[in-house]
Amino acid sequence: MGKTFSRPEALSDAHTHYCPGCTHGIAHRLVAEVIDELGIRGRTVGIAPVGCAVLAYNYFSCDFQEAAHGRAPAMATGMKRVRPDLMVFTYQGDGDLASIGMGEIVHAANRGEKFTTIFINNAIYGMTGGQMAPTTMPGQRATTAPTGRNVEETGMPIRMCELLSSLATPGYIARQALLKPQYINKAKKAIKQAFEYQMAHKCFSFVELVSTCPTNWGMTPLNALKWAEDTLIPYYPLGEFKKPE
Amino acid sequence: MAKVLMKGNEAIGEAAIRAGCLNYFAYPITPQSEVAEYLAKRMPEVNGVFLQGESEVAVGYMIFGAAACGERVMTTSSSPGVSLMSEAISYIAGARCPAVFVNIVRGGPGLGGILPSQGDYFQATKGGGHGDYHLLVLAPDGVQEAVEMTMMAFPLAEKYRGPVMIMGDGLIGQMMEPVEFPENLYVPPSNKDDWATTGMDKRGSTKKNIVKSLYLDPKVLNQNNLTLKAQYEQMKREEIRFEAYNTDGDYQALIVSYGTMSRVCKTAIDNMKEQGLEIGMIRPKTLFPFPEKAIHDAAIKPSCKRVISIEMSMGQMIEDVERSLKGKREVTWFGQCGGDIYTPEEVAEHVVSLLKNN
Repeated sequence: MGKTFSRPEALSDAHTHYCPGCTHGIAHRLVAEVIDELGIRGRTVGIAPVGCAVLAYNYFSCDFQEAAHGRAPAMATGMKRVRPDLMVFTYQGDGDLASIGMGEIVHAANRGEKFTTIFINNAIYGMTGGQMAPTTMPGQRATTAPTGRNVEETGMPIRMCELLSSLATPGYIARQALLKPQYINKAKKAIKQAFEYQMAHKCFSFVELVSTCPTNWGMTPLNALKWAEDTLIPYYPLGEFKKPE
Repeated sequence: MAKVLMKGNEAIGEAAIRAGCLNYFAYPITPQSEVAEYLAKRMPEVNGVFLQGESEVAVGYMIFGAAACGERVMTTSSSPGVSLMSEAISYIAGARCPAVFVNIVRGGPGLGGILPSQGDYFQATKGGGHGDYHLLVLAPDGVQEAVEMTMMAFPLAEKYRGPVMIMGDGLIGQMMEPVEFPENLYVPPSNKDDWATTGMDKRGSTKKNIVKSLYLDPKVLNQNNLTLKAQYEQMKREEIRFEAYNTDGDYQALIVSYGTMSRVCKTAIDNMKEQGLEIGMIRPKTLFPFPEKAIHDAAIKPSCKRVISIEMSMGQMIEDVERSLKGKREVTWFGQCGGDIYTPEEVAEHVVSLLKNN
């Protein structure tokens, strides 16, 4: 019997530092599979965020840049403008993208920059230790919201896909999840679609992936999947929000 | 090539193109917006990139992304804008990417004013952003030198794989002077295949390149910063530039001044010479590395009774002058820091009164 499952070429042979049950590994693999399938590894440059995925450059086998907090879309803009032949993707978490990097992502999307953003939404800051994110759910506990997010003081969680879809500039905006195989298959399709739009120099493309953070949620991996399904998915509905003409 | 009459800001834009920099990102701010306006028209003519970013913060990172790809890239701004870019400048220094930043300095702190100033001397030479780094800082005294320094800045940035800053006060950007663009200052871009994220296919390699500034291992970070330090030491050996004015014979006082202020001081020195009073001047053309030895040697001449740091700031460069003098001479400050510039007569009057009271 032949080999039926192997590491994508676009992933390095490395052990990741991600916690047990974290979905970053799945997201990395899906992006790597898409890079392999499109045959673009030799002209792809990723941009790592500040946060848990800061070390992503150790796990992918293509060129990589490392951004400051939230600034990856500005770096991708600079890169894509001077080297439109490169395939560029940013890989950002919710603290990075929806809080400190809100300005950069909105303006890059509105300019219709021809790069792809993979947005990991796990409703919390990971690397810095479980602080409240703009995506943290009402009542969800965080180290900076010890009694749970009080929306009277901090507002409601920000839905990035919906926000970016409101821009008049054409773009590809989709939200999928990494909670079960059925979702994961759809997530991969969305990532591939996003990269294909970039390859065709068509539009800005953005795929949000609803993810888990068992460590900072204080849950077992299985409970984290269930909590995300019950709590996050109703507030962050899955699907394609916007497609170019 | 014949001379053309150009405004400083426009000449800086043209000089970048002549230097082979076809990538420009910027955010409007007085008094340097003419660079962006000039290049918005000019870049498309040479198939270059012009982009107005949404903020100086973002522009700093557009520069980083483009520089990390190994492309020549420049931005221009003015003081409050450079503060916002300073975060990116720190990352660019840490990640060792060549890039050119132009600061056409206006008054500060805060919004300050829009008139010429040299109040960003500390920011340019001592940091601005966080962490252990320096910029190579060039300070032109007029439009011609702004052109030449802009053209030199790109190969210098590549030589040291780091950000280079051109610090010109607002007058350098706003005044018009006849200029030429010396073709011999064009240096072809260096090969960056060993580090830049150009894409593996383009450089025919199977090894990925990573551009980053994070080194969690303290030994590795230490080593990276010592590499930067070694480069700054090399700059001190190879890149110090200054002009010595009226220092061949004896002089009773030494002025240290740069940029527009040094032009005023030259006129004052010429006028005082006509009155029979000899005054020398050292004009730093690089603010980092600083011409310490030239200033020291000129100041300890037996005939020299006073050393005066004349600045368009409240006295920032004076700290480097003091450091250069190693306690052998005292140095005093003279200047204005609100946007006005002393006239040659006012400078001469100050120098004469100092010498009288000596």
